[in-house]
Amino acid sequence: MKLFNLFRIAYRSLNRNKLRSFLTMLGIIIGVASVIAMLAIGEGSNQTIQKSISSLGTNSIFIYPGTNTNGGVRGGAGSNQTLKLEDADAIAAHCDLVKYVTPIVQKKSQLIFGPKNWNSTIMGVRNDYMLIRSLSVIKGSAISEAEQRSAAKVCLVGVTVVFNLFGNEDYNPTGEIIRMNSIPVKIIGVLAKMGQNTFGQDQDDIVLAPFYTVQKRMMISTDHIGSILASGKSELQVVDAVDQITSLLREKHKIAPSDDIDFTVRTQSELSNIFGSITKVMTILLASIAGISLLVGGIGIMNIMLVSVTERTREIGIRMAIGAKGRDVLFQFVIESILISVVGGIIGIILGILTSEMVATFGGWPVVITPLSIILSFGFSSAIGLFFGWYPARKAAALNPIDALRYE
Amino acid sequence: MAELENLITVKDLTKTYVTGSIDVFALKSVSLTINKGEFVAIMGASGSGKSTFMNIIGCLDNPTSGEYLMEGKDVLTRDKDELAELRNSKLGFVFQSFNLLPRTSAQENVELPLLYNNRVDASIREKKAIEALTSVGLADRLGAMPNELSGGQQQRVAIARALVNAPLVIMADEPTGNLDSKTSYEIMGIFQKLNDEGITIVMVTHEPDIAQFAKTNIVFKDGTIIANHAVMDRKNAVEELKLIASLTEEKSTP
Ligand SMILES: Nc1ncnc2c1ncn2[C@@H]1O[C@H](COP(=O)(O)OP(=O)(O)O)[C@@H](O)[C@H]1O
Ligand SMILES: [Mg+2]
Repeated sequence: MKLFNLFRIAYRSLNRNKLRSFLTMLGIIIGVASVIAMLAIGEGSNQTIQKSISSLGTNSIFIYPGTNTNGGVRGGAGSNQTLKLEDADAIAAHCDLVKYVTPIVQKKSQLIFGPKNWNSTIMGVRNDYMLIRSLSVIKGSAISEAEQRSAAKVCLVGVTVVFNLFGNEDYNPTGEIIRMNSIPVKIIGVLAKMGQNTFGQDQDDIVLAPFYTVQKRMMISTDHIGSILASGKSELQVVDAVDQITSLLREKHKIAPSDDIDFTVRTQSELSNIFGSITKVMTILLASIAGISLLVGGIGIMNIMLVSVTERTREIGIRMAIGAKGRDVLFQFVIESILISVVGGIIGIILGILTSEMVATFGGWPVVITPLSIILSFGFSSAIGLFFGWYPARKAAALNPIDALRYE
Repeated sequence: MAELENLITVKDLTKTYVTGSIDVFALKSVSLTINKGEFVAIMGASGSGKSTFMNIIGCLDNPTSGEYLMEGKDVLTRDKDELAELRNSKLGFVFQSFNLLPRTSAQENVELPLLYNNRVDASIREKKAIEALTSVGLADRLGAMPNELSGGQQQRVAIARALVNAPLVIMADEPTGNLDSKTSYEIMGIFQKLNDEGITIVMVTHEPDIAQFAKTNIVFKDGTIIANHAVMDRKNAVEELKLIASLTEEKSTP
């Protein structure tokens, strides 16, 4: 009953000072919304990166030339030419913990069909590549072993290539002849859509051709290959498979035990850790920006609360003169702060979610809204709102009524 | 009747303000008794201690020393919450500067003391507020904001607010200080009516003609009471207003 009266008093007071109430809320709204949006962006990137790395296959093993650890999945371009086809063959022959293995050669090239042309990446791979990466063909057929052996002029294309050469993603280009590197090549199938990877690369902008077709017909040097992709027999044996591959290649490359190796072997989980730490740095960065806006919002709340209690000391005096007890005044201010925090917090949550969705829709950036960010930001700004509503009011409520009334 | 029942008794009341190097002796050993049903006007020069005295008997301020009994019971030993309840239920204040809550309608201002009163049910709150405003002649301005009201009307809202919890005594510190004489007489009319209904009134004023509406005049000088006497030719506000109306020869609302 009495508490209900205080709610009524607090509500009237907020309603009477709409601008002040709104400004106080604004601090909370901005703080909450920015924390939610920033953390949603960070978490979204993190999850997408992890997902796209695990889509490479959890058993995957990547072998690059050179010892540069920060190369990408398709790294190894440039002067580091230390891997050869026989390395891939040796892994297939001798490493019993390895299930699939394929050498990879790749080349940027212009594709031409009639008047249209398109620049894409041509990858020469063995058929194991499709198995390691779990790729499938939605139209036409996959490359056969015979086509692999004979270096047939055939290829599989991604949907982006279909769209750019034939004007329509749904077009069935099976049987069409396109020219790449001035060689006519027949399309025999279309790869299932993969979408973008974490780095915004379009994974459907790709042409897969038999390994020999690319190596012998399109590469200047046929000695070296770009990289090797393999997979372990099981997830648990991946690490042992890496050891097998490393010692085998060490031996083949005739590297003394004391010397550094001239290639790099990475598992999918190692890659995932590397990128995981990159996104963690990004998330921390975003979280600090969000934290700063929360702090600024908090200072805003604090300011307005302090100023308003000072300018409201006379009001407190009037209330006490007509019979308000110290705790009535205190409760009124606390209830006002709670109402402001809750309403501002809810608006902030809605705004944060909307902002995140907008970043996702218009910026094409993956976002994931976490409950933790909502609880954290809401809790923090409400706590500030509450404290700075309560603290100055407590001082004012302790005054003699006459001193509060005379306050200037 | 309860005419001679003691309502307020103070003994040797002193108040000393310590401001920097010099002490101001605002009240020097003031003793006084005010009976129920009284209408006291406290007079005196500016700085003579009138407001200090009012604030202390109104429980808005503490004396430096002395005794204060209300209805025979000690006041100064009560804690802050008990004093707040006393102000809420037994005292009504009217200030020179009205002290209404800004941007708050007349009715909401008058409802305020009821909101702080546990014994008043929500269902009768509105009714009581409207009654109080009607009794001061503002039945038609319930929703008006203070800045939409004249000084006299604002003071009436303040009186309605003081009345709404049916207090024993109304304390008014220069209630007509910001009003013209006709409006002041109207306020005195309300006070006389309330006093006739049995409410004790203690009023500070430095205007002798306003003091003439009271039953008793007390004069302060330098923190002490130098005179305390019944008013000889007491004015009646209704008569005075009629007189003003006939003198100005114009239709004015009584
Ligand atoms: N808060 C205060 N601090 C210091 N001195 C004060 C304070 N209030 C009043 N006084 C002093 O006490 C004396 C009495 O003041 P007051 O009771 O307000 O006089 P009145 O109402 O009769 O004009 C004056 O000298 C005044 O300056
Ligand atoms: Mg005064």
